[in-house]
Amino acid sequence: MTGLRVVRAGFVMNLKMLATSSFFLVTSTLQPVIFATIAFYMFRAGGQGGTLLYAALGAGMMGVWSTTLYGSGGMIQWQRWQGTLELSAGSPHPLALVYLPFTLANALTGAYALVATLLWGRLLFGVPLHLVHPFQFAVAVPVAILSLGLMGLLLASTFILYRYANALSNLLEYPVWIASGLVFSTSILPVWTRPISWLLPPYWGILAIRHAALGGSAWGPIVAALALGAAYGLLSTVTFGIFERLARDQATLSLT
Amino acid sequence: MKGLRVFFVGGLISYRALFGFLSLWIFVPALILTPIFQILLFAYIGRAAGVGSDEFYVIGNAIQYSSVPCLFAMTQTIADERFWQTLGPILISPAGRLPLFLGRALPVIVNGLFVAAFSLFVGGLLLGTTLDGATWARLAPVLLVGAFSCTGLGLVNAAIGLRVRETAVLSNVFVGLLLIFCGANVALSTLPGWMAVISRGLPLTHTIEAARAVAAGASLASVRGLLGREAVVGLAYAALGVAMLRFFEQQSRRHATLERV
Repeated sequence: MTGLRVVRAGFVMNLKMLATSSFFLVTSTLQPVIFATIAFYMFRAGGQGGTLLYAALGAGMMGVWSTTLYGSGGMIQWQRWQGTLELSAGSPHPLALVYLPFTLANALTGAYALVATLLWGRLLFGVPLHLVHPFQFAVAVPVAILSLGLMGLLLASTFILYRYANALSNLLEYPVWIASGLVFSTSILPVWTRPISWLLPPYWGILAIRHAALGGSAWGPIVAALALGAAYGLLSTVTFGIFERLARDQATLSLT
Repeated sequence: MKGLRVFFVGGLISYRALFGFLSLWIFVPALILTPIFQILLFAYIGRAAGVGSDEFYVIGNAIQYSSVPCLFAMTQTIADERFWQTLGPILISPAGRLPLFLGRALPVIVNGLFVAAFSLFVGGLLLGTTLDGATWARLAPVLLVGAFSCTGLGLVNAAIGLRVRETAVLSNVFVGLLLIFCGANVALSTLPGWMAVISRGLPLTHTIEAARAVAAGASLASVRGLLGREAVVGLAYAALGVAMLRFFEQQSRRHATLERV
């Protein structure tokens, strides 16, 4: 019961903090719209106007990933700057539980990106918003966001040891966009990248959303995204414990 | 003589301070690795969309990414002084404003040139679009003009940094707009007319066009017009930036907001 209260309070608190961060709002709304615009023009120039919804969904998911990533890297760093990381580590709850609502709020904020790109595509480029399986779409979107949030939690745990977490966040943005095939099929990537794609929740998330929106069964990718998300969530409880202990040993918890 | 010392030594110290603080742990991921992935992303989108060649995206994105160091670093070298409360002592010094602020631009230009060239080289290696030595020799001045021009816009951004706090957000917005408008990924002929007109007034647009022509075998003389226009765009932004720096400095003194962070 107390655990649920921690999740609820942390979730609401972080949503409020994110809503006042212009950096976050720009990342979650403007950036995906920029990428969506480029993708629209590129697909249109290639004579593939029918794939604009495909591009819009992908650009939206790019935004979800960016906000999750910046949020995960940023939340440890921000707490360091604000001097609250030690207080969080000293609370009686496991650190993973303390940060779970933060990363979920980050991912949910990223959902703005999906909405923003779909609206942008509809209003400026006339992208049809006809969904083949609306119910599956309604399930696929929250599952994708949840799985990304849980992956973000795992990343956040590693950032406890790393002083330059924000830089690492920047570095991971493009590779995951590429390996997940958010705006193109992963079949055009080198074969050796396939196993990497399979380990990424955004890969299954976009597959689920794409199937639900454009045709094909989304249930398989939805289950895969859920399973992968759960695995990352469990793994993060272990890594949070290890990295927190290491940071305490080396007295690096509050180093900025 | 004193002005030259402020220009060179002051600029170098300011830049070292910035990256001494940020360290290689930030420099390498942000300025060495990320542009390579940006090139790969757009090259693959291009392949999926069936538009453009790999070389088109390698050149476009390598040059466009130089806007990140040019905009962010130029802004940081001035806005960070405000954050660390050292702007006041700098501005009450008798040093001339022109060498003071433009000196900070010089290392930024060199850095922008390095980022563009490195990205072009590695991106080309990865996608099999390598250039020969003669082409590189012709490309060097093209990249230099682009870095200069974009640093001009960085100076404008830095001036705004005297007024607003969220300079990183503003830099991100500029970088994003350049990504759409400067023809890195979408040919200007594909953009609507009004967007193409805006593109002509932005840094890097002419550089990218010139670099693509040079990579295709054109001589430096044949892209002289493009480089001239790019230099004019850069000079215009630099002049605007210096004027804005003077204006906001006066405003900050008048309203006692110089060190408000």
